[in-house]
Amino acid sequence: MNANLQMSAEGKLKHLLTTEGLPPEILLQILDTARSFCSVTERQVKKVPLLRGKAIFNLFFEPSTRTRTTFEIAAKRLSADVVNLNIATSSQTKGETLLDTVANLTAMHADMFIVRHGESGAAHLIARNVGPDIHVINAGDGRHAHPTQALLDMFTIRHYKGGFNHLRVAIVGDILHSRVARSEIHALTTLGVPEVRVIGPRTLLPRHVQNLGVHVFHDMAAGLKDVDVVMMLRLQHERMSGALLPSAGEFFKSYGLTPEKLAHAKPDAIVMHPGPMNRGVEIDSAVADGRQSVILPQVTFGIAVRMAVMGILAGN
Amino acid sequence: MTLPDAETLLAELAQQIRRDATPDTALVGIYTGGVWIAERLHRMLGLSTPMGTIDVAFYRDDYKKTGLRPGVKPSDIPFKVEGADIILVDDVLYTGRTIRAALNEIFDYGRPTSIRLAALVDRGGRQLPICPQFVGARVEVALDQSIELRRAQAGRFNLALMSRGA
Repeated sequence: MNANLQMSAEGKLKHLLTTEGLPPEILLQILDTARSFCSVTERQVKKVPLLRGKAIFNLFFEPSTRTRTTFEIAAKRLSADVVNLNIATSSQTKGETLLDTVANLTAMHADMFIVRHGESGAAHLIARNVGPDIHVINAGDGRHAHPTQALLDMFTIRHYKGGFNHLRVAIVGDILHSRVARSEIHALTTLGVPEVRVIGPRTLLPRHVQNLGVHVFHDMAAGLKDVDVVMMLRLQHERMSGALLPSAGEFFKSYGLTPEKLAHAKPDAIVMHPGPMNRGVEIDSAVADGRQSVILPQVTFGIAVRMAVMGILAGN
Repeated sequence: MTLPDAETLLAELAQQIRRDATPDTALVGIYTGGVWIAERLHRMLGLSTPMGTIDVAFYRDDYKKTGLRPGVKPSDIPFKVEGADIILVDDVLYTGRTIRAALNEIFDYGRPTSIRLAALVDRGGRQLPICPQFVGARVEVALDQSIELRRAQAGRFNLALMSRGA
């Protein structure tokens, strides 16, 4: 998949499809801009006029509550008009129908598409086929990428830890099926996190994952030792075929984040989760609702980060 | 041409505002130069209301042409805007478009009783019906030139004449 598709010839961000290959300056511009949008949401009028008159289409071919809602709120706070389309897809959905849908919406004068799709590369396909003034944001494609989730996670880390270049970060669980994990790894390494670890059973780690510049652990005690940030992932039953796991209970015993396992991390480590959580599968309620959890602030920051992405794209 | 000394202009501006200001007068500086000036004025005038800072990036009328520039600063107005008497502070007043954006932004915080405008330098060339109540000096500058406020390490201000596009 061509990452350069998202950059214009002048080096400006035109679409946001993946965090892979994005220069640190652009990642930081998004995080800085998001910080400014945070203060907008604390005012009497929680809106700015930036995208007044723009039509933004939320194209969701896969179910989502949090991501779709926060994109919708973000677009509305930028004064854009938002149309939500939840399109149930059959497994036969092919590029042609997808592009037909997009062509029809373009005929309705769409300015931006936010795309969630079960197939990897769907947002890229759309970006390659839209007119020059239309912007595409990938809101999750198959196992491939979920760049705005990764960016809001980076924002959360910077908010609580003050920066990146002194951190040890562990990503835990079902890395194999996780577009979030892939996008996080690219963003963390680009922003200069010196040690990124992935922790999970062999069956849920992609082969050659260490080629992404991460340290691989199969044991929670060793993997969580002295980390500053624990990024949990959802166990993705719906993407699993075959016997990758003995059972959810077995998974929890080995990899579920309990207070006992979390005690291996630094005492001020933060715990993150992209949602939706499977309580008692990958995370214990005592941790999810505990002192170190920043799971709900992640959701709040997600709005400001998505405002920043839309605001930057629409102006480029 | 030689530009006036920025420190002298600041003293002049402070004197004008002092005649009018009450302890409740609230200053709002516009990033970046306007914030510098407002910080100094706030100290010089001994105002009790904490000063506000705004970055008008999300309200600019040239967004469609230029997009969002990197380095946007968070706006912060730490006093109640509803009913406040505000003096908006900028370094160099030119077309008035920044001021228009700032007025719109302030009203999204609440409805102030009044807003007046203070500028260190007014270089003319207004494109909107905006007029400052407090001005350090009026300066004639060629269209292809711009005036920039600089802050030296010790915090001392000076004005520099720049060619546009340079």
